[in-house]
Amino acid sequence: MKAMVYRGPYKVRVEEKDIPRIEHPNDAIVRVSLAAICGSDLHLYHGMMPDTRVGMTFGHEFVGTVHQVGSSVQNLKPGDRVMVPFNIFCGSCYFCSRGLYSNCHNVNPNATAVGGIYGYSHTCGGYDGGQAEFVRVPFADVGPARIPDWMDEEDAVLCTDALATGYFGAQLGDIGEGDTVAVFGAGPVGLFAAKSSWLMGAGRVIVIDHLEYRLEKARSFADAETYNFTEYDDIVLHMKKITDYLGADVVIDAVGAEADGNLTQHVASSQLKLQGGSPVALNWAIDSVRKGGTVSVMGAYGPMFSAVKFGDAVNKGLTLRMNQCPVKRQWPRLFDHIRNGYLKPSDIVTHRIPLEHIADGYHMFSAKLDNIIKPLVVPTAG
Amino acid sequence: MPYTADRPKPKATSEELRARIPGWGADLDPKDRPAVPREQPGLETGAHWHFPDRQPEKWPRERSIEHEQLTPVFGTSTPLRGVSGAMRRAAYKYSEGRAAHWLILLAADRVDAWEHHLRSLATLRPDNPVTETGMLSEFSSHGIRSRFGKKRADLPHQALDPVVVAGPWLLAVGIAVAGIRSWRRRRC
Repeated sequence: MKAMVYRGPYKVRVEEKDIPRIEHPNDAIVRVSLAAICGSDLHLYHGMMPDTRVGMTFGHEFVGTVHQVGSSVQNLKPGDRVMVPFNIFCGSCYFCSRGLYSNCHNVNPNATAVGGIYGYSHTCGGYDGGQAEFVRVPFADVGPARIPDWMDEEDAVLCTDALATGYFGAQLGDIGEGDTVAVFGAGPVGLFAAKSSWLMGAGRVIVIDHLEYRLEKARSFADAETYNFTEYDDIVLHMKKITDYLGADVVIDAVGAEADGNLTQHVASSQLKLQGGSPVALNWAIDSVRKGGTVSVMGAYGPMFSAVKFGDAVNKGLTLRMNQCPVKRQWPRLFDHIRNGYLKPSDIVTHRIPLEHIADGYHMFSAKLDNIIKPLVVPTAG
Repeated sequence: MPYTADRPKPKATSEELRARIPGWGADLDPKDRPAVPREQPGLETGAHWHFPDRQPEKWPRERSIEHEQLTPVFGTSTPLRGVSGAMRRAAYKYSEGRAAHWLILLAADRVDAWEHHLRSLATLRPDNPVTETGMLSEFSSHGIRSRFGKKRADLPHQALDPVVVAGPWLLAVGIAVAGIRSWRRRRC
């Protein structure tokens, strides 16, 4: 089969690999029909995530058709069209049994601080991902779900991470009626977080980024009030000014490890890997939220330390909430919202890239060329 | 006005927002938010085991020492091999709380990349920095128009990034050339 393969920082190519095999009785092998490149894949691509091994296939957002199932699989059969959440989880451990699917203890031997994720380095379990023609899906009775007949495949693939994570980020903010919500980052997850904030009763939704085309999307897609932080000497001060000098009630960090806006932080984290991520967006979030407010973090950060302004968070009495999204818990409600027309995830898709051209796709997404917001990857197997 | 108890006047009332934004307030009640409460016992997950069957361990699988045992299911993407494999094996002797664990892993990643670059030179498909970096998309996807005349915060360091990416390649070529020249000088 053809699969995207990591060759080292900033380098990927398509190689022939063996079709994955059933390795556990509850495995399924899924033939991928549509995958996506996620902003967090860029952290791997840039060599920021420890234990990202050459030869690995990335891709934690994918949908496809069940090709083969293991002997203990009861809920799926070959031919079923499935969507697969980015978390790999057993459904039975201490954490899964409480709904913390992204914190499953039975799938990632390499670390206890993070669960299992498809195609996301050995720090997340060493599973190959879905930017390929076939992928191994562990715990097939637990993770995947059949794609509803009425659902478009492009909407489905965005439910496997970006939409669910954006919605979860708004949820972590504990938004109340009339709250002012600020979202740092107008990438796919930030756009969905902004859109979801309205569903939870926000009174005002502000989005901050530096890419004008993304801010335009935040205005048109998420009805957000937008600010380009490069136009202000001090975006935190500006945020205070536009919120009656109180600060936003809720601030969502939808940027994560490679935040721009400070050259020193960029070099220290993204280039020299001295930090688990550039904390620029997170620190802006801590400074922009009102005292007693809530900061929600769904931007991906690496496992090493980052220079976060924790003292400010303490002194302002903030609630900091964060996690990887337990995707499957979100689905029933998200399906309702999509069906009702409140959410149309595929509206943010800008590029559809054949698997063979995935190196171009990664570069375009990394360098933010061609007004790219969300690239999908299309395997071309017959 | 932060100096009195008054909440700032909203830009739009809830009624106006409900009329303007489809679905506004559909999840206003936290009970309608799917991960509230965050920990909720008794969810139906589809698991029909108390503890999962164990996946066969076909080679000694590295694991965090913060795990009491190898997890029943694990990825098999790229087993440890070579110098980078030895480094990674050493890294897994430290807990996740130690900087040494992560720093050795990051160093091993760089060694791994170089091991594979060198190995690729002995194959029919050596690494190709042009196609594998996707840099040709600069020409097909508006590389210049996407950057200039915009207020992008990443512009100041974009000139630096290629140096960081290409630097090790140039350094390696320089070392190789110097090595060959010194070898030829010794032969003459």
